[in-house]
Amino acid sequence: MRIGVLALQGDFAEHIEVLRKLGVEAVEVRKPGDLAGVDGLIIPGGESTTIGRLLSLSGLRPEVTGRALEGMPIWGTCAGMILLSREADRLLEPPLGLIDIKIERNAFGRQVDSFEVDLEVPKLGGRPVRAVFIRAPVIREVGPAVEVLARLPDGTPVAVEQGKFLGTAFHPELTDDTRFHEYFLSLVKN
Amino acid sequence: MAESILKGTWRVKAGLAQMLKGGVIMDVVTAEQAKIAEEAGAVAVMALERVPADIRAAGGVARMADPAHIEAIMKAVSIPVMAKCRIGHFVEAQILEALGVDYIDESEVLTPADENHHIWKHDFKVPFVCGCRDLGEALRRIAEGAAMIRTKGEAGTGNVVEAVRHMRAVMDACRRIQNMPDDELVTEAKNLGAPLELVMEVKRLGRLPVVNFAAGGIATPADAALMMQLGADGVFVGSGIFKSENPAKRARAIVLAVTYYNDPKILAEISKELGEPMRGIDVRQLAPQELLATRGV
Repeated sequence: MRIGVLALQGDFAEHIEVLRKLGVEAVEVRKPGDLAGVDGLIIPGGESTTIGRLLSLSGLRPEVTGRALEGMPIWGTCAGMILLSREADRLLEPPLGLIDIKIERNAFGRQVDSFEVDLEVPKLGGRPVRAVFIRAPVIREVGPAVEVLARLPDGTPVAVEQGKFLGTAFHPELTDDTRFHEYFLSLVKN
Repeated sequence: MAESILKGTWRVKAGLAQMLKGGVIMDVVTAEQAKIAEEAGAVAVMALERVPADIRAAGGVARMADPAHIEAIMKAVSIPVMAKCRIGHFVEAQILEALGVDYIDESEVLTPADENHHIWKHDFKVPFVCGCRDLGEALRRIAEGAAMIRTKGEAGTGNVVEAVRHMRAVMDACRRIQNMPDDELVTEAKNLGAPLELVMEVKRLGRLPVVNFAAGGIATPADAALMMQLGADGVFVGSGIFKSENPAKRARAIVLAVTYYNDPKILAEISKELGEPMRGIDVRQLAPQELLATRGV
């Protein structure tokens, strides 16, 4: 199994490190053609405006959309989830529209409001997940086909799944807990 | 459960810098420039009243920008906004934190407020980035609570030579320590003027324990790619964009250069017809008192 990590900007190296720790082949995806032989794609954290713009400038956008429609699993963390959404505010380019959610960017506030918290994620079982939210997006609307995997104590959804697409508003790649990566790998395997 | 929400932790401070990696942070002096930077794909902007080249030309005391000016830039864009305070001026930092800026640059580009001490940055919820010329400076700033480091270079010159010197100094020291036996680390810490714990952390990681950007003199896509190939995690561009002939085009080219820093064919393509870069200054022609990098070490 080979996992691509979109390496246009952001914390792609952190994702690659986790994948390699799990014994999975991980490759950087920067140009059209880099997706060849890739079984699943991670869109990392970073600046969603920047990554969105580079997705178009790089020529990768049609290839990512095409592979997604053929069934390639994609997981987006934070900026990555914004790019997978149906609608998000103040982006330079429209998002990919692969998960039926509406996003409000930076809706928890500015950096001083960034936070970490323990989250119950029933699908992962066992102990809670330590979730790191950095200038994180808020999911304002969830479509009927979307399954919510985790919510904040106030009920705000922060992890979603629709078919082969996974989105988290937080950054599992910044912690030592590899369960979200393992869960994504299970989506790729099936 | 709500009481377990923690803000301003080390992980969220250092984490924002991790999200900026592979990106370009651009100095801007107006809301319009901030929008041009965002449009070009900047990961953040540094809100200033004057770019370093103009601070250099103006002389006098350079201070934190007017809060109203910073707020106007914060309103104009959705990407993170950074702002500078003077070295050691913790009240300017308190004001910037109250404004809600996303990162504070405790910067040698402004006139230092304290020639002996930097700000104790652990007391703040907002993260700080600080400049360095070598590993000792970098580790002292991290000890004080900096969650991100940048090389100082020589700001406002459009001349990359000092940024290269500082990046090489940091990377070289990291490589040396990585291969150093444990019984030499105490002496190394003493020589660097840095805490032993952080020197041990560098040995374990083989790099700085926080994100390290390049800054100070980057003016072209080739400069940006050079700093990336030398090991920078991303770049700050100060005067280099808005002191050039075609800022929008140059800004986008530098963004692409940081993504494709290892691809000379793409670098050749994006370097074409960018118009005149900023004129620049030969650093050797500057008098010692005109150098910014020697402030706050």
